[in-house]
Amino acid sequence: MPDKPAQENTTEAINQLHVFTSPHIHSQETVSKTMWSVFLALVPAGIAGIYFFGLPALKVIIISILSCVITEAVIQKLNHKKISTLDGSAALTGILLAYNLSSRVPFWVPLVGGIFAIAIAKQVFGGLGANIFNPALAARAFLLASWPKQMTEFVSPLNPDAITQATPLMLLKEGKFHDITQLGISYWDMFIGKRGGCIGEVCIIALLLGAAYLLWKSYIWWQTPAGFILTLGGLSWIFGTSGLFKGDFLFSILSGGVVLGAFFMATDYVTTPITKKGQLVFGISCGIIAFIIRRFGGYPEGVSYSILIMNAFAPLIDRYLRPRKYGTKLKTA
Amino acid sequence: MKQLIKEFTKGITIENPTFGLVLGLCPTLAVSTSVANAIGMGLAATFVLLGSNIIIAAVRKLIPNEIRIPCFIVIIATFVTINELVMKAYFPALNASLGIFVPLIVVNCIVLGRAEAFACKNSVVSSVFDALGMGVGFTIALVIIASIREFLGAGTLLGATLIKGFAPVTMMILAPGALLTMGLLIGIVNYFHIKQKTNKEITKAGCDGCK
Repeated sequence: MPDKPAQENTTEAINQLHVFTSPHIHSQETVSKTMWSVFLALVPAGIAGIYFFGLPALKVIIISILSCVITEAVIQKLNHKKISTLDGSAALTGILLAYNLSSRVPFWVPLVGGIFAIAIAKQVFGGLGANIFNPALAARAFLLASWPKQMTEFVSPLNPDAITQATPLMLLKEGKFHDITQLGISYWDMFIGKRGGCIGEVCIIALLLGAAYLLWKSYIWWQTPAGFILTLGGLSWIFGTSGLFKGDFLFSILSGGVVLGAFFMATDYVTTPITKKGQLVFGISCGIIAFIIRRFGGYPEGVSYSILIMNAFAPLIDRYLRPRKYGTKLKTA
Repeated sequence: MKQLIKEFTKGITIENPTFGLVLGLCPTLAVSTSVANAIGMGLAATFVLLGSNIIIAAVRKLIPNEIRIPCFIVIIATFVTINELVMKAYFPALNASLGIFVPLIVVNCIVLGRAEAFACKNSVVSSVFDALGMGVGFTIALVIIASIREFLGAGTLLGATLIKGFAPVTMMILAPGALLTMGLLIGIVNYFHIKQKTNKEITKAGCDGCK
């Protein structure tokens, strides 16, 4: 850059920078506080899950959280690191993992999943802040690949004892219906969570409540969730099963785990882009991948894989969408 | 003699083809789904290593330096073909389960690596010990990986069920399971290797180091 404009820019920048000498006001935000806030925001969806699927859901959630917290403590102890297992990040991984499981899974599924999430997906890479993939989703992918039978048995809501029910997306994949009226449930049922599915993904209204809290507190930003949900819904509408522009927008975003994934897992600080622009790209790409998997892939639901795939691209997005350095002019051709 | 024993043991310990040199990963990852496959593959590779090392060490002075790689490949391919035909004739089941990885021993970088790094510079006798060490080291590594993967992924060991009612971790016999097992085992080996190294440095420095 030539000397003179740079100097001008610097003076301009100094005029805009208002940094004074200490004392400064501390924002009071810590890793622990952020993690527990996200955890708190997830609680309503868990309560709804327990209401719909009964006590087995509570059992899965508790085992999953304990498994994650204890594994983290043991590994940090073995590594002679400071034990920070109660900072909420392990508990958050645990609750997200449980929300991605059916309430019918045997007790060892959340147990092994929690160990895998913390030991393999998080601590092997160096612990909090160093993992490439979302630990909860990595564990879910591991569990789904290892025990597909146990992982895809769902119960019908409010009748958790015996009846196993396929999720709406599984029925869609099998080609059993083209219209929601054939399914016997309404959009309202799907909105409040009266359908088969994973513990934490069914009750959309509870998830939105938690997401609203996080958005209000600026723990997450709208870019990723909006990009994700609108892209997935829009593509499902445009390339509908019964013809162009005849797809079911509402069904595509109310079914499956897209609301849970978009608000709580695609917004993870560690594994997603830092900049707002990057987050928008991340969200839209997730939406496209999730749509492709749902429509053309072998699995009925692609939200978790879309986030995992994009996790791998997060560093690349950050590299190409670097923000302008403060005080420098935009590059002009 | 001491030197020869050293040539043999280095293949099993510090220069282990899988955990130390990280060579020959393609067959390691692909055939380590069961212990039987691992033993078969390990022995086949040992045979080829032994044969090629002996011949290359014997004719090392006759091979022009410029075309040594093609010469090595011809010698190695000969032994691979012998190995493949013997396997087809006497162990058809093993040959079927190893499939394409039997002829692929030709391009196994352990075999070519030993030819290039050792056999073309050393005598026949030490090349024999080098080949045996590398072969045994490769077989041991394969069997360790395969035991973990077969036990976790299928609940069996050499085909025998060990625990009743164990729900196998299917992912362990798929490709990601191979990479996970490999990575963690290399990590463990490196951990002990580094620990041993630092311990040695500490004892070497001793109290005099601080004075």
